[in-house]
Amino acid sequence: MGVGIEVLNLNAWYGTNHTLQDINLNIPANHATALIGPSGCGKSTFVRCLNRMHETNPIARVTGTVRIGELDIYEDAKPVEIRRRVGMVFQRPNPFPTMSIYDNVAAGLKLNGYSNRRALDEIVEKSLKNSALWDEVKDDLKKKSGASLSGGQQQRLCIARALAVDPEVLLMDEPASALDPVSTSKIEDLIFQLKSQYTIVIVTHNMQQAARVAEKTGFFLNGRMVEFDSTHKIFTNPSDKRTEDYITGRFG
Amino acid sequence: MRGLADGTVTALAILATVLVITPLVAIFGYLVYKGASSLNLAFFTQIPKPVGEVGGGMANAILGSGILLGMASALGVPVGIGGGIFLAEFGRGTKLANAIRFTADVLNGVPSIVMGLAAYSLIVVPQNHFSAFSGGVALGIMMIPTVCRTTEEMLLMVPHAVREAALGLGVPNWRSVLSITVKTASPGIITGCMLAFARVAGETAPLIFTALGNSFWSISPNEPIAALPLQIWVYALSPYDDWHRLAWAGALVLIILIVAAVSLVRFVASRGILKGAS
Repeated sequence: MGVGIEVLNLNAWYGTNHTLQDINLNIPANHATALIGPSGCGKSTFVRCLNRMHETNPIARVTGTVRIGELDIYEDAKPVEIRRRVGMVFQRPNPFPTMSIYDNVAAGLKLNGYSNRRALDEIVEKSLKNSALWDEVKDDLKKKSGASLSGGQQQRLCIARALAVDPEVLLMDEPASALDPVSTSKIEDLIFQLKSQYTIVIVTHNMQQAARVAEKTGFFLNGRMVEFDSTHKIFTNPSDKRTEDYITGRFG
Repeated sequence: MRGLADGTVTALAILATVLVITPLVAIFGYLVYKGASSLNLAFFTQIPKPVGEVGGGMANAILGSGILLGMASALGVPVGIGGGIFLAEFGRGTKLANAIRFTADVLNGVPSIVMGLAAYSLIVVPQNHFSAFSGGVALGIMMIPTVCRTTEEMLLMVPHAVREAALGLGVPNWRSVLSITVKTASPGIITGCMLAFARVAGETAPLIFTALGNSFWSISPNEPIAALPLQIWVYALSPYDDWHRLAWAGALVLIILIVAAVSLVRFVASRGILKGAS
């Protein structure tokens, strides 16, 4: 089941560049939350702070508190433990090129020392069904490489790979921006189904996408969160003038 | 105008290709012409005959080269790959990494005879005898810089997205490096190892003061051992026509064996790679 995320006074830097400033936010469990805003506004940096991927860059720095459920991720746990609880799907599909479809999905478990074959088979099947890819690949699981699939299939493979380690939260950083419209709508359907089981945070450039999949939406601008509210309110009656300007296409 | 430019560049590219391939084909053709007639079963099964007796073969030199190259690879491949992994993944930007990279580049430029002298003074002199072991070490050290730098470059070519994918799954960094990054780069790393292998397989100079050569069967690492390049060198310098012919045959066999070894490793390695993988 998903858990809520509580963010208190989060600040992040790349070198001397203060990319996130005093972010405070409560992301509800088992819902999809969209983050919108122009390029470079800090929304990708923000999701990367939620699974401590931000700090994998040697010049990056973070201060503040993030709680995933009861766990204070910067105080109480190691990055690798957090990343098993908080899965991530990236902008460009990034399957492991030398691995079969099966091994891609099983990678997170296998590389962490999990080796029960029968259980792995079940988890791989369940994850691929959850990511709506099972019917398309079930005959080639061990024969084809993950890289041989189409872009949209690769992205669903990456989602299956993230689900296989049984996370509580799923972060998606513009998961459909490199995909065609048909693949995009499949990913959106998927988000709709997955949010009953996981807390989903999705970064998107596409405002219609935010409106379609998310109950809550946050608007980021220049490293600050300008407004966070129900998606309906953000798109019909925003409180902040800057949100309204962005929504109506006056900039960004 | 555009058609002319296109045609010129294409013609130049074809010309360059021909210039690259010609010496290779010419050398191989000449070796076949000179050496093939002396190839027979005895060449692969018998040891050299004493001067004056016709016939004999290089079986001990073929086996000796195999043993020397086995020892060299056992030293050069793990050390080189390990160094390359350190340079690309763990030591990036550190002073130690820069020092290692500089050393590897200098080592790559050291003449092979100097490598032989080094192995001579460090191993042969203290032990007081020539040995297969010292020859293997000399060749192995020569393999290290090529394997190390190729491994580094191949690892750096692995897309950042692939590393992030592994980290994002909660895989510890060391595990991600060994199981994901190195595996993704493995075709290139194998090519680097094969290049290094093929290069030292034909080396004569580092073996002169180390393996020394041997006219009889020997597989002991503590004894002087025969090697194809050494045998070719000795036979080619001799005044006997019979030995000259055997030297040509030896050179042909050496090239064929190198090609065979490289092809075999590539074939075995490629079987592990799936359809559609880049």
